[in-house]
Amino acid sequence: MRTDLRIAGFGGQGVLMCGIVIAKAASLFDNNYAVQTQSYGPEARGGASRTEVVISDEPIDYPKVDSPQIFVAMSHEALLKYIDDIKEEAILLIDPDLVYQDEIKDIIEDKKLQVYTSKATETAEDTLGKKIVANIVMLGSFVESTGLISVDAAKQSILDSVPPGTEELNMNAFEEGRKIVTRIN
Amino acid sequence: MADKELFVQGNEACALGALAAGCTFFAGYPITPSTEIAEVMSKKLPEIGGHFIQMEDEISAVGAIIGASWAGQKAVTATSGPGISLMQENIGYAVMTETPIVIINMQRGSPSTGQPTRSAQADMMQTKWGSHGDYEIIALAPSSVQECFDYTVKAFNLAEKYRCPVFVMADEIVGHMREKITIPEKVEIVPRQMPEKSENYLPYDATEYGTTPMPSFGQGFNIHVTGLTHDKRGYPSTDDEETHIDLVTRLCDKIIKNTNEITSLESQFLEDAETIVLSYGIPSRSALTAVKEARNQGLKVGYIKMGVVWPFAMDTLLALTKDAKRIIVPELNLGQVYLEVDRVLGKHAKVELLSKIGGALHTPQEILDKIMEE
Repeated sequence: MRTDLRIAGFGGQGVLMCGIVIAKAASLFDNNYAVQTQSYGPEARGGASRTEVVISDEPIDYPKVDSPQIFVAMSHEALLKYIDDIKEEAILLIDPDLVYQDEIKDIIEDKKLQVYTSKATETAEDTLGKKIVANIVMLGSFVESTGLISVDAAKQSILDSVPPGTEELNMNAFEEGRKIVTRIN
Repeated sequence: MADKELFVQGNEACALGALAAGCTFFAGYPITPSTEIAEVMSKKLPEIGGHFIQMEDEISAVGAIIGASWAGQKAVTATSGPGISLMQENIGYAVMTETPIVIINMQRGSPSTGQPTRSAQADMMQTKWGSHGDYEIIALAPSSVQECFDYTVKAFNLAEKYRCPVFVMADEIVGHMREKITIPEKVEIVPRQMPEKSENYLPYDATEYGTTPMPSFGQGFNIHVTGLTHDKRGYPSTDDEETHIDLVTRLCDKIIKNTNEITSLESQFLEDAETIVLSYGIPSRSALTAVKEARNQGLKVGYIKMGVVWPFAMDTLLALTKDAKRIIVPELNLGQVYLEVDRVLGKHAKVELLSKIGGALHTPQEILDKIMEE
């Protein structure tokens, strides 16, 4: 079965890294198939930025995401820019401190979205002392809320991807992310 | 060492393919969306005693890899459309001097500087005709990250075998996307064929449709390399018609007459296919999804993907499509390879273009809609 997902935020938050870690986990460590693509160009440098991942247990022909079944939003601007084609009953995972939930009530209702929140940025800053790992906190929340990749594969992929010396910090970020995610509807 | 699995970008896979093929020299000028190739090569080549040079522009990059090739190195450059335009004069020089080089083109929206971060397949005809004169080149079109690796290896091997420029015609999407690749423990490599030392050695005395072994500078062979029409010794002979006819015909024939050897294609669902979607490069992934869906709906639709676009696999395609009524060609341009398909297959089937420009890939639905038109 094929699952399409999109992660959106602003440039610099590490959403691309988050997508790469997920896709790498699925393909190298869960032995599924995965393709990761991303938006390039000026918008990837500070404005709204996104990455897309397709995961499947069969070879993936069409590599792009046209209608995500999972949407992770780490900024309100990026959410609004990229949410229109979200699939009905998709999972929407947001950082509630960066997304104005009042403004997306309609689309949540119309598309019957399953909404999860993860205070990833606050947790990274206050609990872990490094705002830069917010993306890995979100990754932990992603794994917990979607089950799309295994916890083991996610951990191996993180260790395979982060700079040497930051392994423990990133593992802690991942575990915090798993704890703090909450279904809100 | 066992097979190695990596999760990398198409650009990185091209660079790793070049290194696996024995490449020791890169010259180029970084350009989006190919820059990561230069980035990887600049890191890896010094580690293996190879050389990376960032040139002042793209024509000099081709000049440098031609020189490196004559110095016995396997050499590559990587660029995108604007760079390919600047390279044209030296590409012709590589053709005329029978220099094995590999040029990777991560195609982007064009003309001119166009859309640096968006995809296109609009340099396909330029690759065939961009430099002046009658000539033939080889062009491969990868549609996955694994093929970026495999086809780059193949490009080096074909360049050595046929002593000509070989192009890897990828695109922004395949260059930037990431997938798992397997690097085999043993990669098949065609080594440079060195001549044996003999008194009457003729560096350009090729067999019919073939090439001669290629010496390197400094090995003690008498070598003259020129873009002028030259005889079998390599000496200019610009007024003799026979010399020119023999040389230019041979340069074309060594590719054209070996088309079946050089080309490769993949096909599925052809047995009873009335409509065939014929593609190359990244749109073939949308095409396969669309064809599978059409089959699910009971439609007699087949799929062919050309791995090598130039030379054009005329005989194979004629045989494979002889019972088809329609052939649909999806391309990320306004109709280029379509023209060749129509020229070759248009006499027995209706050839239809499904063009797309602007930077996005055809969706499977767009191809399916085209299939359903009849």
